[in-house]
Amino acid sequence: MVKVAHVQLSSCCGCLISLTDTYEKLLEILNSIELVYCQTLIDVREIKECDVALVEGSVCLEDHHALEVAKEVREKAKIVVALGACAAFGGLTRYCKGNQLPKPVNSSFSPLTEVIKVDYSIPGCPPSPEAIYSFIKALLNNDEAYLKPYKLLAEMPEVCGCDLLYKVVNKELCMGCGTCSASCPTRAITMVDGRPVVDPVLCIKCGLCSFQCPRILYPSLLEEIE
Amino acid sequence: MDPFGKYLKAVSARSTLKEVLKKAQDGGIVSTLFIYALENNILDGVVVADKEDEFLPKPKVATTPEEVIEAAGTKYSVCPNIAEIKKAAREYGCEKIGVVGTPCQIRAVRKAMKYPVGFRGVNIEFLIGIFCMENFPYNGLRVIVEELCGVKMEDVVKLDIGKGKFWVYTRWGETKTVKLKETHPYEQSSCHVCTDYTAELADVSTGSVGSPDGWSTVFIRTVKGKEIFSEAVENGYFEIKSIETVKPGLDLVKKLSLTKKEKNMKEIEHRKELGLPVPVKL
Repeated sequence: MVKVAHVQLSSCCGCLISLTDTYEKLLEILNSIELVYCQTLIDVREIKECDVALVEGSVCLEDHHALEVAKEVREKAKIVVALGACAAFGGLTRYCKGNQLPKPVNSSFSPLTEVIKVDYSIPGCPPSPEAIYSFIKALLNNDEAYLKPYKLLAEMPEVCGCDLLYKVVNKELCMGCGTCSASCPTRAITMVDGRPVVDPVLCIKCGLCSFQCPRILYPSLLEEIE
Repeated sequence: MDPFGKYLKAVSARSTLKEVLKKAQDGGIVSTLFIYALENNILDGVVVADKEDEFLPKPKVATTPEEVIEAAGTKYSVCPNIAEIKKAAREYGCEKIGVVGTPCQIRAVRKAMKYPVGFRGVNIEFLIGIFCMENFPYNGLRVIVEELCGVKMEDVVKLDIGKGKFWVYTRWGETKTVKLKETHPYEQSSCHVCTDYTAELADVSTGSVGSPDGWSTVFIRTVKGKEIFSEAVENGYFEIKSIETVKPGLDLVKKLSLTKKEKNMKEIEHRKELGLPVPVKL
């Protein structure tokens, strides 16, 4: 049995909800794993040794307990997965600036990927249940080819809607398919003259648009159709 | 080099639906397949490329045969169909979505299907790809139509590319042409790193090249594509001919496909030499 832990740092628990939102597929997942730690679902107080830790949320640097938890996850898990925008890229918490009660000093939040070495990053706010399911299946089957984009993403903690400009439109690569616009959870991207226009006020830095853009990454396993 | 990608069968086909043939670019394959699928509950919504005034492309979710027919015909400019897929699922409540797209769009959808990270509950059932050599930004198209052909955009009823020329048909019944060579400077440059001509990852791909006027060449690629297309043929939605019996046939498709692939492979290599990024294949 593969031992899995779910760890929540500064996050909304939406990523875990998305995982459970796989309905009957969740039972299939639970049949092939042993959930050893998950504060929302089971009564275990200490993070256990595990094969995979799914971590959601970013790390509040003023909260030393959070930093210790992050380090502990790295020590106890063979594979650490940054699940969702906050753990992977900071997400909404990139905009935190403190001065709120009862902890006005809690102002600095870093994605988990900037605090410890992370093996895979899954973008999205939240990542879709279907994607989390496929990811876990691939992890259980050791399907490295499928997991590769998530592995690459773990090296890139800084994402933004601006990626579409920097990496695609500015580089003569955008052909105007509109995938970025469909994937955006806040409708920050509209297609104008066949190109994405990103409203920076709406962008929550979840990494979805640049992950889904077929001109940034195109896994060759997609060539197989049946 | 493999010119077509995987396919189970290739045929030359034409719709039997009169109202489709009136508006269709060629054999009306896309519209008719979608109409058949909508009428028989195989799909409950399809994302198609419709247009606004002056031939400005606009993607649309169609849930009725009438809406499908409205969108028939090639636009020759960028139409971000994939942007509407989530809308089909969320706002229209479609559970079985069909999408038509150019080869690059079909590739984008395959990626979104395999990695549905931002596509919760979006179920894409069926992909129809159209052959595509290149596309034009809208104002590129406008220059070709208005300056090279001398026709106002508002007067255009049909555009076509064939026999080495760009064709413009007006509502006054005129036909104007310009040599394709003269349209090259107006092509979308991101098309020059594309090495897919026949929409190799679609369930069914179709295009004019290879078949006589008014007919389309059709590649049936997947098991699902074969099922839906065969059923539509059995139910009388299409006339079909064996691709071997029609002129110019697959040889011309092959020639054009290899031309695109070789030219754009060279461009990719050239961009690498210049230190420019190219699409990352994993």
